[in-house]
Amino acid sequence: MKRLLTLVFLMVFALTGGAFAADTVKIGVYLPLTGQMAFGGQLELEGVQMAHKEMPTVLGKKVEIFVVDNKSDKVEAANAVKRLIEKEKVVAIIGTYGSSLAMAGGEVAEKARVPMVGTSCTNPLVTQGKKYSFRVCFIDPFQGAGAATYAYKDLKLKTAALLVDVSNDYSVGLASFFTKSFTKLGGQIVANLKYQAGDQDFTAQLTEIISKKPDVLFIPSYFAEGAIIMKQVKELGAKFRVMGGDAMDNPQIVEIGGAAVEGFVHTTFPYDPSMKNMSPMAKKFTENWKKAFPSKEPNVNAALGYDTYLLVLDAIKRAGKAEPAAITKALVATKGFEGVTGSTTINATHDAEKPVGLVQIKDGKKTYIGSITPQL
Amino acid sequence: MTWAMFVQHTLNGLTLGSLYALIAIGYTMVYGILRLINFAHSEIFMLGAYFVFWGITLFYLPWALAIVGAVIVTASVGILVDRVAYRPLRDAPRISALISAIGVSFFLQNVTIVVFGALPRQVHRPAWLEDPILMGDVRVLPLTLFVPALSLLLMLGLVWIVYKTKPGLGMRAISKDIETSYIMGVPVNRIISLTFGIGSALAAASGIMWALRYPQLQPVMGSIPGFKAFIAAVFGGIGSIPGAVIGGVMLGVIEIMAVAFFPDLAGYRDAFAFVLLIVILLLKPTGLMGEKLEDKV
Repeated sequence: MKRLLTLVFLMVFALTGGAFAADTVKIGVYLPLTGQMAFGGQLELEGVQMAHKEMPTVLGKKVEIFVVDNKSDKVEAANAVKRLIEKEKVVAIIGTYGSSLAMAGGEVAEKARVPMVGTSCTNPLVTQGKKYSFRVCFIDPFQGAGAATYAYKDLKLKTAALLVDVSNDYSVGLASFFTKSFTKLGGQIVANLKYQAGDQDFTAQLTEIISKKPDVLFIPSYFAEGAIIMKQVKELGAKFRVMGGDAMDNPQIVEIGGAAVEGFVHTTFPYDPSMKNMSPMAKKFTENWKKAFPSKEPNVNAALGYDTYLLVLDAIKRAGKAEPAAITKALVATKGFEGVTGSTTINATHDAEKPVGLVQIKDGKKTYIGSITPQL
Repeated sequence: MTWAMFVQHTLNGLTLGSLYALIAIGYTMVYGILRLINFAHSEIFMLGAYFVFWGITLFYLPWALAIVGAVIVTASVGILVDRVAYRPLRDAPRISALISAIGVSFFLQNVTIVVFGALPRQVHRPAWLEDPILMGDVRVLPLTLFVPALSLLLMLGLVWIVYKTKPGLGMRAISKDIETSYIMGVPVNRIISLTFGIGSALAAASGIMWALRYPQLQPVMGSIPGFKAFIAAVFGGIGSIPGAVIGGVMLGVIEIMAVAFFPDLAGYRDAFAFVLLIVILLLKPTGLMGEKLEDKV
């Protein structure tokens, strides 16, 4: 009797499971919703969800999204992707914020041959040598060169110091690309100090940096640490400017950083609500966001999440069927896909080429000050 | 290295060290009495910080009231944890209570994620705390002076409680022999609750100080300081209250000085603490001020 029951249950499961698979297109999302990178992951998820609400169907079928928190941790990221592929049987994966996480997750997706589109993982290694990894953002050599060019040419800063998170591929990579471009332009790196993700005391490193008297301190940090670093920079009375990368982009930066972030400049992707000449799509995104989240400004991470979802849907449409291999082929052929963060063309290395945007905190406001085409 | 820099490093080290010391006192006190390493201590520390800023932003309490309220609430949480997770295991092997402590730690962390959210929250400090005092090239934050003083004061207070009061006598009795204490009429459970209450109040105090120094709240903010403070407690001799303070201050200063003298190794800063722990365990297993370990038969 027991065996018969089990059999019946199994059959019911098999039937319903089969029925679901035919009716919906399953897309996986893995993002850091807790931990060090939660600031960015949360915004990207909201972007994805907003896009899903606006475009809930593809090829006449309902799109179902499965969200897994990768907890800002490399091991959790690999597990998250495994779960999405093996348990939820998704046909494509969106994610993630954080290059270290994207590299760990990308390995798993590569083996399972499921396409993955990165939102804001900018380290070159994320897509290098991978057939199934893509992204809608530019890569760090480009961004590092952008920051260095702006510091050296526009601000005329000749000496720089670095404070790098050694446990993060993004941070280490961006620091080395900044160094390369800055020294090539003629600048000098006077100090290169390190910390580890989760540290909260930077006074020792900063005291050392201050003694070297640099013109600018470049922090390729995530927002959680970056905000504390800048507070301690101010407490220790440093006079130099501070610059950072796209991971410092956060709508609450002024609210959180207060006077400590005044004058801070960071590179980012070409979208910000303070942008002057917005594309119609960016305008529409900004308006819709303000309707959905009246108390919160949109930012570029939300826009990238939004774009990634639309790109995946576009690829499924072009592929004509929701199968990983066909979607991958369609992603490779992406040309001039219009998104909130500009037009996306996937190049030979599976990366998107976009200009580097610059944001400065001026008079207590996050201000988009223009874009730059870096000298590589 | 100039003199000003050396002084600046020393002061930075003292601030960090006395924060470690504050947390370490809580660890060492519970260990000294129950021989239990209360791994949930770092989460109690985190809760203390959250409660204050919850009180301020949600109930618009003034600072002083919010701090007092948070310390009381956190102490109650500590007593509750003992009642629910440790008391039923009082007669079980020590390892069971240890595992229970780890469970409580995960539980509190995840409850915080559900209740307060996982996003790091910023702490808005009162303005007078943000302006450093200038002494030549050296910049001193008001907290730099306040935290070591508070640690010292709390240490003296505790020593007084343990050695001069009646509940303190009970605590010492329990730490020597719990069964005999029962027989002699010591209200064991009440004394242990008191121990957890005081330990948790200390954790709350250190959590608040920590959040004022490093103004960001996260559900996982307790783990690293908790580990470091635990090392500090072992370094000073676990079970000894002055030992915890000395261990904490020394660990903070060593950590900062390691970066100051070997800037290239700054990324391995946390490793210094753990190497220190290994060296101590090898050379002097009972720590700087620890009592000789006696096997209870």
